[in-house]
Amino acid sequence: MAGEVKTKLSKNLLRMKELPPQFMQRGLDSQTKKQLEEEEKKIISEEHWYLDLPDLKEKESFIIEERSFMPCEDLLYGRMSFKGFNPEIEKLMVQMNSKSKKEEIEVDDKMEADVSDEEMARRYETLVGTIGKKFLKKRDQRVLHDEDEDENSNTRPKKAKKMFLKPQD
Amino acid sequence: MAQGGKMAAGSGKMAAEARVGQVVLPGDVLLLPARPEHDAEQLPLDSGAAPRGRLLCGPGLRRCAAGLLVTKCGLLRHRQPGGGATAGGAYWVDSQQKRYVPVKGDQVIGIVTARAGDVFRLDVGGSEQASLSYLAFEGATKRNRPNVQVGDLIYGQFLVANKDMEPEMVCIDSSGRASGMGVIGEDGFLFKVSLGLIRKLLAPKCEIIQELSQLYPFELVLGMNGRIWVKAKTVQQTLIIVNILEACEYMTSEQRKQALAKLSGN
Repeated sequence: MAGEVKTKLSKNLLRMKELPPQFMQRGLDSQTKKQLEEEEKKIISEEHWYLDLPDLKEKESFIIEERSFMPCEDLLYGRMSFKGFNPEIEKLMVQMNSKSKKEEIEVDDKMEADVSDEEMARRYETLVGTIGKKFLKKRDQRVLHDEDEDENSNTRPKKAKKMFLKPQD
Repeated sequence: MAQGGKMAAGSGKMAAEARVGQVVLPGDVLLLPARPEHDAEQLPLDSGAAPRGRLLCGPGLRRCAAGLLVTKCGLLRHRQPGGGATAGGAYWVDSQQKRYVPVKGDQVIGIVTARAGDVFRLDVGGSEQASLSYLAFEGATKRNRPNVQVGDLIYGQFLVANKDMEPEMVCIDSSGRASGMGVIGEDGFLFKVSLGLIRKLLAPKCEIIQELSQLYPFELVLGMNGRIWVKAKTVQQTLIIVNILEACEYMTSEQRKQALAKLSGN
């Protein structure tokens, strides 16, 4: 018993961090440190108050409480103008009142094309050629240039494309 | 049914659907049909009933353990589920009152009573004055302040409105555009009616508005706080419209048509 009391006392002393440097913190292993911390936490959490009630079951509610009349009765927009008294308001009326009804109308899947199909085909025909030129090797590009200049300048003797010559033994 | 003949004072709990269109009093409990429990083992008994969306519990009703609890006296209304926007039906109590209680999202007409630094104080007819920041207008910056004077009329909507906080208003919508809100122009006439009439006038197909629109060109702003602003070309026309709108709450449709016929005859 005396031994236990001794260790308890010494634990408290060991815990104290504000001792003057004369009293070194003797050999506190990391394990004993962790134990001390856990005990401290346990004491602190046990002192917290809590309600000893059974857990309330949270029912998934299907009812939304609403204090405004707007969604219930589908009221119109409050600003109105008749017989062209205020044209801006009349435009706004059409916009706002159709907005509330638009939500019910389904969006059309097929959108009108800005560019017709034929135009697209023509476009792609020329496009393949121009993009293809980009990926030619440099030597091939020179040949292409020569072909373009044929009309303006004199016909130059076509240089044979240099291919790899295998060294003869 | 015998239950239908009983006085409403005796019936405490009844099914909600049975009481649509009847007078309900605070304290009545409306039972909702029990929802099929989402249980994997049990098959739902009535497969015909499609799973409903959320039920909207409108003004005058509160949620309670059994179903809905009535908190205001009036007629019980119901809207059938349908339409993509609000799946599930809606129940609410159609009650009549003159005093407005600020509700979030409502669009109202307010009168500027004071400028206090960066906010305007508006009188909206509620228990407290609402505040409106000067930045809550379209295109307003710290340098570019809106031109609002004391005594102006403002059409805006509530951003914050509950019983614990001072109501706040804004004159722009969620995307930053004014969409008709802001200072209401000069001239015109402002008057107050009961809240029930405003809702009647704002209903999708209101005969009163349709008949009035045939008379002569005019402009109308309806605030959910019971305030209406009218402007027509001459003062006399404005006053005629004001008188019709005030009186039409208690006129039958024949009386109204007679009155309008006399006016258009003039």
